[in-house]
Amino acid sequence: MATLRALVLLALPLVCGSLGEAEGRAQTTEGARLYTQRCGGCHSLDADRVGPRHRGVVGRRAGSIEGFLYSPALRGAGFVWTRERLDRWLQNPRRMVAGTTMGFSVASAAERRAIIDYLESQD
Amino acid sequence: MTDISDKETMPVGRRGFIRNAAAGGLSLAAVSLLSGEPVAAQRGRYGTAAPADAQGDADLLNAALGLEHEGIAAYTIAAGSGLLEPAVVEVGVLFRGHHQAHRDELARVIRTLGGTPVEPKTDAEYVEALGFAALRNQTDVLNLALRLERGATSAYLGIMPALQDGDHDHLAARIAVDEAAHFTALAGALGQSLPGNAFIFG
Repeated sequence: MATLRALVLLALPLVCGSLGEAEGRAQTTEGARLYTQRCGGCHSLDADRVGPRHRGVVGRRAGSIEGFLYSPALRGAGFVWTRERLDRWLQNPRRMVAGTTMGFSVASAAERRAIIDYLESQD
Repeated sequence: MTDISDKETMPVGRRGFIRNAAAGGLSLAAVSLLSGEPVAAQRGRYGTAAPADAQGDADLLNAALGLEHEGIAAYTIAAGSGLLEPAVVEVGVLFRGHHQAHRDELARVIRTLGGTPVEPKTDAEYVEALGFAALRNQTDVLNLALRLERGATSAYLGIMPALQDGDHDHLAARIAVDEAAHFTALAGALGQSLPGNAFIFG
């Protein structure tokens, strides 16, 4: 019995790890769906459209895609995109950077997190 | 739900296209409930002399104008691709006409606000950005159009809370409903069921 309990305890972190990974994958899948639905009207991962391309956005300096016509406000924002900044941005881009031409926001914190997880996974 | 990959042959004829769209399950009357007038009226902003942030509204509508330019180009390029049956080209030309009307109205409002309407990119830029080189058949083209119309609908709904003027809200809602109608027709033509969950857009 003691051996069985020990085996269960030893296996628990593995099980939890697997569940965590599965949860992460599900979150990314949901993020992909949300990205397509919410962001895909104007953005793509690899092409500049109405908005700039998104692949590699986490860690990139804001307003720095060469050849994309940013608003002066975003071009001069002078910060690097982090998860936290992307979360603030998606909550209310115009409050974060007055003068940006992006007006789309995502009210749900869970949906913002899923979108940001997806973007980070696409680096 | 039908697997669209099995449906290489699209319904032909404009009537057939629209009829199949209706069979897709979304009543256009239901979609029209999304009309922005009640929303704007609730905000009580009609009748104000000018939006508090005219430049902000002009910027948002200019981004929307960019979407219309992209849509017009997509239907134009698709019509000349040789991948579409004539009847589908006819429907695409109809939808393009709607986007051209949206473009003209958006540009007019942007000028009224003192802004400068954004110019379209070149067709070559749209071909590259939208991945036209990878499209192999009519189903591919219709799926691209479906994605663009769905994205555009969501984009219009998404900018509405940020627009300062009720009339601009109303315009965005009217255009969003047009885009949703296109989405519905395309989904029907592709034999796709509409999403099971509510809040398809936005």
